[in-house]
Amino acid sequence: MVFAVLVAFPALLGLVALYTRNVRVALTLLLVGASLHLLATGWLWTIPAGLELSWMFKLDVLGLLFLTLTSILFLAASLYSIPYLMHGTHGEQAAPHRFVPCLLWFLSCMSLVATTQHLALMWAAVEGTTLASAPLVYFYRRKSALEAAWKYLLLCSVGIALALLGTFFLGIAATASSQTHAGLSLSSLMSVAPTMAKPWLKAAFVLALVGYGTKMGLAPMHTWLPDTHSQAPSPVSALLSGALLNCAFLAILRFYQICIASGDAAFARTLLITMGIISIAVACAFMVRQRDYKRLFAYSSIENMGIMALGVGLGGMAVYGAMFHAVSHSVCKAGLFFVAGNVLREFGTTRVSDVRGLIQRLPVSGVLLTILMLAIGGAPPFGLFWSEFIIFQTAIGSHPWLGVVFVTLLAIAFLGMGGVLLPMLQGSSASPVQNRKESTLSVVTPLAMACGVLALGVYLPPVLSDLLHRAAGLLGG
Amino acid sequence: MKDYADLLLLLVAVSNLYIVATSRLNSCVRASAIQGAALALLPLVLWTSGFNVQLFHLAVICAGTLAIKAIVIPILVSRAIREANVRREVDPSVSLHSSVLLAGLLMGISFWMSTVLVLPRPAPTMLLVPVAFATLLTGFLVLISRRQAITHVIGYLLIENGVFIFGQTLAREVPFAVELGILLDLLVGIFVMGIAINHISREFDHIDTELLSTLKD
Amino acid sequence: MLEIVIHIALLILFPPLVLGVINKTKSWFAGRNGPPLLQAYFDIAKLLRKGAVYSRTTSWVFRAGPIVSLGSILCAGLILPLASNVAPLGFTGDVILFAYLLGLSRFFTMAAALDTGSAFEGMGASREAAFAVPAEPALFLSLAIVCIPAKAASFQAAWSALPWALWGGAHPAYLAAAIALFAVMLAENSRIPVDDPNTHLELTMIHEVMVLDHSGPDFAFILYGSAVKLFVIAALLVHVLLPIPEHLGWTGVALLCLGEAALAILIGVVESTVARLRLTRVPQFLIGASVLAGIGLAIALYRGTA
Repeated sequence: MVFAVLVAFPALLGLVALYTRNVRVALTLLLVGASLHLLATGWLWTIPAGLELSWMFKLDVLGLLFLTLTSILFLAASLYSIPYLMHGTHGEQAAPHRFVPCLLWFLSCMSLVATTQHLALMWAAVEGTTLASAPLVYFYRRKSALEAAWKYLLLCSVGIALALLGTFFLGIAATASSQTHAGLSLSSLMSVAPTMAKPWLKAAFVLALVGYGTKMGLAPMHTWLPDTHSQAPSPVSALLSGALLNCAFLAILRFYQICIASGDAAFARTLLITMGIISIAVACAFMVRQRDYKRLFAYSSIENMGIMALGVGLGGMAVYGAMFHAVSHSVCKAGLFFVAGNVLREFGTTRVSDVRGLIQRLPVSGVLLTILMLAIGGAPPFGLFWSEFIIFQTAIGSHPWLGVVFVTLLAIAFLGMGGVLLPMLQGSSASPVQNRKESTLSVVTPLAMACGVLALGVYLPPVLSDLLHRAAGLLGG
Repeated sequence: MKDYADLLLLLVAVSNLYIVATSRLNSCVRASAIQGAALALLPLVLWTSGFNVQLFHLAVICAGTLAIKAIVIPILVSRAIREANVRREVDPSVSLHSSVLLAGLLMGISFWMSTVLVLPRPAPTMLLVPVAFATLLTGFLVLISRRQAITHVIGYLLIENGVFIFGQTLAREVPFAVELGILLDLLVGIFVMGIAINHISREFDHIDTELLSTLKD
Repeated sequence: MLEIVIHIALLILFPPLVLGVINKTKSWFAGRNGPPLLQAYFDIAKLLRKGAVYSRTTSWVFRAGPIVSLGSILCAGLILPLASNVAPLGFTGDVILFAYLLGLSRFFTMAAALDTGSAFEGMGASREAAFAVPAEPALFLSLAIVCIPAKAASFQAAWSALPWALWGGAHPAYLAAAIALFAVMLAENSRIPVDDPNTHLELTMIHEVMVLDHSGPDFAFILYGSAVKLFVIAALLVHVLLPIPEHLGWTGVALLCLGEAALAILIGVVESTVARLRLTRVPQFLIGASVLAGIGLAIALYRGTA
């Protein structure tokens, strides 16, 4: 029942929404789906020992963590979409009637990724997220959005095909050990992991890391990400950054769990650390002197995905840090994209050089941008500070040089981001002030996100901290 | 029956070669349809003889693969070609001669790879793994060496076919709902790509993806 | 002894008939009656009765061309088993010699064409050379596939070790070899889609343009030589598809004739239904055949070791 609410119900609502021409009705459906989803997720928290329904649906703490993130962000994005769709300035060419159905399907696929432990089904769900979100990226019917959507579709599909190959390789590796067929469910694969054929297991992890890593935005395969995030509507960018990348990361973590169970995780950890550091470095290089603020946030997402991969790769306490980082980053980045949406609506451009005097024209958004910028950069006392600090500590302990590189890159990213965003806040804008009042919903959601990331830093509820610890425990942390 | 699997796989290898060698877009699509049909027959040939086969499962998979890979997707792609007014010749960035030679080289590499990565349980037929690798690599070759969006779709199809052949080693382990889900994803993916190609041709006049390079840092 | 006589008789008498069958097939497709089956014999007989004209600029190479070319083809026919799996002149390594004899014949045809000093014929020779390069690997690789089961480079050993190739369905390598050999056969004998034996359009001719200056008996030798070449390569292909064992006697002869006729009809069908390739596409066609033969070789080796 609860899984039906999580997966099937949004998909059905999406179908209904496809046939409504009225934007208000569609938005109501969206909100109903999002709230029910959050309620169901909340109910799942009350069950201590996970839930298993069939070979399709099975929930563990890791899945619950990412499901919760998805659910909260989705509700926030739905609320934020209301002013966006009702009186947004998305031009004459946009296609609002596709927006709500695709968004709901997107939710359905992401929920399936979090609630299944069958690797092939998870693959299908991840591919489903690509297909559901591609039309969302092409929401503004213009050339650049089309280009972004095409790159997103093709690169991610090819990446995902490699991930499927990795999944099959895992199945092949499992045939070495058992007389009975292991299937492709996580638990059975983990039980036969110690006797798996090692070369195939390693090849499987490499393919999964490359394949799902494409979707997650890890460095050499990240090229679609800035284009897509900068061209998609802001609520979609928030979901892509805050929820989708996490789902892809979850898929990689499933493979990593099997590597741990096989007792030969050193290889996987080295790969994760390498990819993580490369991602952070590449993102930093593009963040400094970035000319487009939405691309800036996209590169920041790549950086933070790199931090998470690094944290998991380092092991020990850093895994807990990575889980914490996933939570803080999602909340914070969603808020940033919401603010970016407000800025884009006011100034009509994503070019940094055309945005000046933000504090004067949009006082609330301006302040929120400053706060969230400090938060994402890792300034205390926000949540990201603590998670990055934990990862840094572990890094210094095991590989001192790695810690130094890590903290240097973080500093570069923070300064680079400040250097791009601060000029936007100050000065006075050349274009005449339109004196439009900021709508309540468009500032409430980023405000909630900013409060959330602050709260995470100041006081971590024991329930959440316990969940994070248990999730890290699954990943050898 | 199993003996004929190798012939089917040879047909797959030859169609790879043909897709790389031909200068006509429509021949590419036709060859990929033939490849799809060969792949649909493959499970039938591989698994009808031997241990506990679920005949119904097998029939569903074969029919589904045949319908999607050999009929629906080729129709979708050729409709996209027709409606988008695509130029009918492929536009390779590597000359066709060298792409054929490269495809041959990739085939050799695939044979070498299959001797390095040895299946824990012997494969149902010798050619399965090398041809799977070759199809995968040829897909990447098409993806990299062609400039049109349509040919990228065909490259993606080849990659998927390569993965499908690998999947045959696992035919007993994977429940069929999943296989159908995978096929469905592929179908919807191609469908969405077809729509995108239509939009691209409308917006940009033609669909060389070199035009799609305005977004960069 | 009888076998040798049969072999030589087949080799000498039959080749022009193959041309006749091809032409009949093509006529049937075009809805014509076409020339009689024995037309090639009449042509050759007519040419043999005529005198030859030699340009003053040509040297002995021009006169030697047709004779050496025909001679090497006939030698190739003597080392290739026809109606059984033994040949009059078979020895270990004859497979290599066979390929080189074909090369020698082509070389002398080209040399004679160049000897005329005409730019036109030189162009034909250059095309022939350019297309021979990608066809050669296809031929060698296919021969290598065929020789793998016997592990010996001789036709006799190869044919006797060859399983009943395609009929078990278990030998994709031989199928690849057969397809590649068919492509080589079309290319070597200037057939569509590589060249058109009937064309006299200067832009597209390859083989015909090289032999324009030959006349009388010389031209008869060339005509006869190309018929023998077709016959010999077709016989090779027949053996790959349907290895004829030793001591079948007249049954073997019948099998060979049936095979040759089937191939001739197939060529006729191809010529009537397939369009000629653009000149720039021809090397690609042949490279494709070579790569296919390479795949076949890989399969054969892979199966051999595994």
